Amino acid sequence: MKRLWAWIALALGLVYFFLPLIGTLEFSLRKRRGEYSLDAYVAVLEDPKFQETFSYSVIMALFTIAFGVLLVVPTAYWVRLRLPRARPVVEFLTLLPLVIPPIVVVFGYIRLYNTSSILPLTGSAMGTNVLLMLGYATLSLPYMYRAVDTGLRTIDVATLTEAAQSLGAGWVTILARVILPNVLVAVLSGAFLTFAIVIGEFVMAALLNRPAFGPYMQLIGANKAYEPAALAVIAFAITWACMGLIQLLTRFQRHVRVAR
Amino acid sequence: MTQSAAARRPGRRLPLHWLGVAPFVLFALMFLILPTLQIVVGAFQDGQGRFTLGNIAGLFSPSIMASYWISIRISVASALLGCLFGFAIAAAVTLGDLPRWLRGPVLTFSGVASNFAGVPLAFAFLATLGRLGLVTMLLKNWFGINIYAMGFNLLSFGGLTLVYLFFQIPLMILIITPALDGLRREWREAATSLGATGWQYWRMVALPILFPSLLGTFALLFANAFGAVATAIALTGSSLSIVPILLFAQIRGDVLGDPNLGYALAFGMIVVTAVANFAYVWLRARSERWLR
Repeated sequence: MKRLWAWIALALGLVYFFLPLIGTLEFSLRKRRGEYSLDAYVAVLEDPKFQETFSYSVIMALFTIAFGVLLVVPTAYWVRLRLPRARPVVEFLTLLPLVIPPIVVVFGYIRLYNTSSILPLTGSAMGTNVLLMLGYATLSLPYMYRAVDTGLRTIDVATLTEAAQSLGAGWVTILARVILPNVLVAVLSGAFLTFAIVIGEFVMAALLNRPAFGPYMQLIGANKAYEPAALAVIAFAITWACMGLIQLLTRFQRHVRVAR
Repeated sequence: MTQSAAARRPGRRLPLHWLGVAPFVLFALMFLILPTLQIVVGAFQDGQGRFTLGNIAGLFSPSIMASYWISIRISVASALLGCLFGFAIAAAVTLGDLPRWLRGPVLTFSGVASNFAGVPLAFAFLATLGRLGLVTMLLKNWFGINIYAMGFNLLSFGGLTLVYLFFQIPLMILIITPALDGLRREWREAATSLGATGWQYWRMVALPILFPSLLGTFALLFANAFGAVATAIALTGSSLSIVPILLFAQIRGDVLGDPNLGYALAFGMIVVTAVANFAYVWLRARSERWLR
């Protein structure tokens, strides 16, 4: 009886979650009349706008990841090592982006960093790019911080630091050559999640008027019939790849741990 | 707390170790706190920068109230259904005597699907349940059921709720599975040995223990749906006037004709999501007393 209900719940879930995926795939193949073809994908991939916006978003994601790692790893390390008292404050700050909707944050940016302010970031394209990157960094902050902090929990930060110091290492060396390699898997998990978030992000890029992949998808959605479905399949594949890599990394790490 | 700690250790040195978190605090201040404060302050100012409650009062106009109302209804509906179905699936996988290997794929898929929001999600549902979508066409061609003739519309309250469930259910599964794992076998055995039926065990033992987590997750899902913008815009354009869409249009082109009213609109969003999130945090702290 119990097992029957469990199967029913699972089957309903399966139908709900897989029908849209199958539907999207099927729709994306329908561009040519009367037969299935990859025409929609070819049209999307050959669109120079696609290539431009997609590479723009990839580059933004890479910068966001680099900035996030540089910001989060030293902070999380320092809080664990020297400032356990600051922990609640820092954790609260890292969770704020989940509380304040991104649309409100970017609204604040537009008001705070407009052309007549002290720091007119929105005045130039480069400045706006930087602002957007920082916005992405806030969006991914909760995930990045939690990933890195979980990684730090599994190593003995204090002993590693003392050992490195007694060998004459400075702070930069300790962070880059002792701490970072030890939490690399955690950092990479945070990085892939950041990548997945940044690639499809719409609101911030649209409101800051940057040519990112999210606004491009929305534009295609408003103007084309079959291409949006192809884009959705591509976007889902990217999300899936990022999550798959995270799973793979954690599993790989567990094996290494056991082998040791 | 900081004061008592400082009193114990007389401050001979400058507190230089605080400098270690300075870059982070500066970042959070400049790109998270100050922008938000800017909006909050703007919500209480008039065009000349004087203090006023007029903007907040302006929120109570019928059209803006209608936006909030439909937003809240969609968020409540999708959070409620998300909790219900997510709970059913999580319970099926953890407690339902299903093959053990199912658990991993379900959780992995939930991780992916809870992150598959935004513009592509809207496309997926348009391709499936839109006027020419796969399911719409299959129902029409195989069974002669025209769901659009029957009043179904993806660009509506029901449609948007259905779409939001795609990221709400997985989020519920991810959060509630650990809580379900925390239900000890002994509790069930104790209840059974005292003559409780399965239903009585759930009603009098398991659900009261899970209740704070369930309510907390509901609050989280509510905030999650309330702040979602991209899916709604890609799905409906601007035909459905929920708060995030209204705010988006306001930031783009001042559709309300009053910038400060725009700040008040954003402030209202912060208040709603903040209340929901703090409810989540508070309820989770309560539930952790039992589930360890």
